[in-house]
Amino acid sequence: MREVELVVIGGGPAGLAAAVKAYELGIRDILIIERDIELGGILQQCIHDGFGLHRFGKQLSGSAYAQKFIDKVEEYNIPVYCNTMVLEITKDKKVVAVSPKEGLVQIQAKAIVLAMGCRERTRSQVRILGTRPAGVMTAGAVQRYINVEGWKTGTRAVILGSGDIGLIMARRMTLEGISVEGVYEVMPNLGGLRRNKAQCLDDYNIPLHLATTVVSVHGKQRVEGVTVAKVGTDRLPIEGTERYIPCDLLVLSVGLIPENELSRNAGVELHPITKGPIVDTTMMSSVDGIFVAGNVGAVFDLVDYVSLTGEIAAQGVASYLAGKRIASDVKEVIAGENVSFVFPQNFYIKDNKEKATLYMRVRKTMQKVRVEVSCNGEVIATKKERFATPPEMISIDVPINKIMDGELKISVLE
Amino acid sequence: MVEKEYICIICPVSCDLTLTDDNNNLSISGNTCKRGETYAKNEYTKPVRMITTTVAINDSVYPLIPVISTDMVPKEKLKECIELLYNLTLQAPVKEGDIIVKNILDTGVDIISAKTAKKVGSH
Repeated sequence: MREVELVVIGGGPAGLAAAVKAYELGIRDILIIERDIELGGILQQCIHDGFGLHRFGKQLSGSAYAQKFIDKVEEYNIPVYCNTMVLEITKDKKVVAVSPKEGLVQIQAKAIVLAMGCRERTRSQVRILGTRPAGVMTAGAVQRYINVEGWKTGTRAVILGSGDIGLIMARRMTLEGISVEGVYEVMPNLGGLRRNKAQCLDDYNIPLHLATTVVSVHGKQRVEGVTVAKVGTDRLPIEGTERYIPCDLLVLSVGLIPENELSRNAGVELHPITKGPIVDTTMMSSVDGIFVAGNVGAVFDLVDYVSLTGEIAAQGVASYLAGKRIASDVKEVIAGENVSFVFPQNFYIKDNKEKATLYMRVRKTMQKVRVEVSCNGEVIATKKERFATPPEMISIDVPINKIMDGELKISVLE
Repeated sequence: MVEKEYICIICPVSCDLTLTDDNNNLSISGNTCKRGETYAKNEYTKPVRMITTTVAINDSVYPLIPVISTDMVPKEKLKECIELLYNLTLQAPVKEGDIIVKNILDTGVDIISAKTAKKVGSH
């Protein structure tokens, strides 16, 4: 069986950053496996600007952000299998993949970086009643058809979900000559950033309907319309508020879930809230030598963070391959006051780095907060934020030498 | 005196801005940085936006290539700029950063490629 030191599963922003960093740390035997026909992952269809403000100091298109890393992969001559689907990863790090060009390939890896990203929730996961015609699509699918493949996906659209992808697609479809009837959001508040409502909806006079959802789809072959209804505080439709809207496209922007079928099969332990692998601060999962990068671990709101976790995973891989790693030296990080989850969930206390980064989300919208990491009751890292909202990840650096015995906890205080 | 409200689109914080026009004396409140002040003034006097769209391309893996403006253009010229771009067909190869349209519609802003598209053989 072919042996490779490091196999990276997925050539999106996380996998690319991990492979590039691993090369820069001296690992030469790397293979990136990507199921699409080119590298870049979801960024290839994200043609809007706003990417890379942290890393490159300017707002790039998603595709341009990816290009910076693809150029590095080419410069370093890192081997890539595109159009290749990984079928299985085993606990002892065997990778089985298939592609039209390579056929069935089996690779024994010394280390693996999981960078499969996340997947959109679909119609069946939000339980919309009615017929099942063509023309019900996730926002990401519409984005790919329009921005990459050049298909017009409909003429009159209704969007369900006001997350950033839904808002961005409202603008994009409008510019492409698809009229957008409105954006419907089951929650009483906007899902995405307010700036995206301003520049994607308000600029084009697209109405936003809060606490309203799509309850039914109509049409036999193709969508002919949808029924929307207001919802109560229990998020259930209120009788008598139904309204029929003629349309031929229903776009769903109803959330993302890390894609972990391969991880689960490899025996990697998953977290019930993040839905991704439980990792330590070197991004190593519960299986020795299997590391995690980007949205496969937890859904991030900024690609800069995704790339960073890829680079941290690469550092973890380098130290693991050098035999400098003792898996048991981890300590759980407790999600304290106002914190819905923390990622990584465990702290690797023997890391030879000075600091480790923790990412977290808050439970509610708050202003002027203090993020506080405490160990055994003593505050060891703190950071002020002007705003904290549940959709936005907050990061904090924690000095590793301050970790001692006792409870390690992260809290956000008003 | 005129008062206008805006949501700042410059960064994810999305500040609520209030602009007051007192006999051409513009004052802005609600911003948490200097860029917010510039944004509100622009919104009031000459609103500007970035252009991001796709342009047709021949002999590339996909039939489209993403493009982006090097700076913001006047909002009222957005549609016209995009129409112009929709009528172009490029030829692969194109490198990320290549200028696609110089000084689009005399705005002083260039349109550049947001991706490298290699030339592929015809099928």
